Amino acid sequence: MQPTHIPIDYLPIFMQFIFAFGFVATTILATHFLGPKRAGKSKLEAFECGIESVGNARSPFSIKYFLTAILFVLFDIEVIFMYPWAVNFRELGLQGFVAMLIFISLLLVGFLYEIRRKALDWE
Amino acid sequence: MDFITLIDKSVLIVIIFAVSLVTAMYSTYGERKIAAFFQDRLGPTNAGPWGLLQPLADGGKLFMKEEIIPDQANKALFILGPSIAMLTACMTSAVIPWGKDLYFFDHNIVLQVADVNIGLLYVFGVVSLGVYGALIGGWASNNKFSLMGAIRAASQNISYELAMGLSIISIIMLTGSLSLRDIVEQQAGFNWNIWYQPLAFLIFFVCALAETNRAPFDLPECETELVGGYHTEYSSMKLGFYLFAEYINMFISAAVISALFFGGYNFPFMNSIGLSSNAIALLGVGFFFIKILFFIFLFMWVRWTIPRFRYDQLMKLGWEILIPLSIVNIIITGLVILIKEGSLF
Repeated sequence: MQPTHIPIDYLPIFMQFIFAFGFVATTILATHFLGPKRAGKSKLEAFECGIESVGNARSPFSIKYFLTAILFVLFDIEVIFMYPWAVNFRELGLQGFVAMLIFISLLLVGFLYEIRRKALDWE
Repeated sequence: MDFITLIDKSVLIVIIFAVSLVTAMYSTYGERKIAAFFQDRLGPTNAGPWGLLQPLADGGKLFMKEEIIPDQANKALFILGPSIAMLTACMTSAVIPWGKDLYFFDHNIVLQVADVNIGLLYVFGVVSLGVYGALIGGWASNNKFSLMGAIRAASQNISYELAMGLSIISIIMLTGSLSLRDIVEQQAGFNWNIWYQPLAFLIFFVCALAETNRAPFDLPECETELVGGYHTEYSSMKLGFYLFAEYINMFISAAVISALFFGGYNFPFMNSIGLSSNAIALLGVGFFFIKILFFIFLFMWVRWTIPRFRYDQLMKLGWEILIPLSIVNIIITGLVILIKEGSLF
């Protein structure tokens, strides 16, 4: 089969990137020079609803977020596996479908385990 | 790729860029007018006739505002955050097909910046990079509200990305291609994907709301709990970038939804009304924009109608309802295609 898509197809995307980057950089620079500058000690403090700020925000947060991130990585890789299968679904036919069913059920076992262990419960 | 094509592409990039900026600007105006209508108010009326110059006034104001970088913040990352958010918002439009080819004196103009065969995957890749904008900005602010907003935004976006990715697999199974051009071409006339995949559309739409941090999924900037979420410390155009990126993302999501499920630039009876191909292409672009504007309106309608979720409800909806539903949808789609092709029985 002839390759119908070649790397040069991506050149316009790169051009758009340069354009968008230029726009963002110019705007950031422009606002830096346009706005007034009247710094003050309390103005540059972290905002905490008007009361004296306490400590630093570099503090630990709930482990749940970390767990979600780990689970996302696992599941996202599995989702990515499904894309090439979906593109070739008609060629792979029944055999491919059964293979994917087995794959999905393995995925669901992990998913059920995760639900039963209350990994997704936020009290 | 010859020189003329490159010029075409550059012009197209500039036009699309301008169109998405203007649409985003006037979406802010539309949002305020629609909110006003829903709440029996008038909305902006003072700047220009019917307040039509309001977005320009807002933009100008953001440019002239003082730029504040907190003492405790990490300066480089503080600037990087909104820049990434804006940059990724501007990059997604590259693979969207805006219309059929135009022909002028045996030179055809493709109304798409780049027709790459991984189109949809590119959209997802760029959208997931957008998470870094909120995360980096919120963390760099060194403010507790910002940090909370940022990690909320990150977990919410990655959770709904899964369901979103799964929901379009059934579309890819139908069309057998990841290129948005191919997907739109297969929905010629009125043969839209929505008739075959209503469930996928529903899941995709809910996820699109969550990905753009729109109400009822606007937990990251939930003002009753977190002041402004990840952009609490931001001012001037850096704040503008965050807000603007949200509206551009809304525009792009509306475009992707119309392209995937509502036939993109296709419209009913397009092949039987007997117009020249250029006229049909231009009409198609018009119809595409009508669909996009309708979905932007739908986004706003939802925002001003439904109250915000609680965070645990939000995560539960994403993980325990949308993901299993989209897997069921994939299996049903697979079965139906196999039965229709006669390879099952």
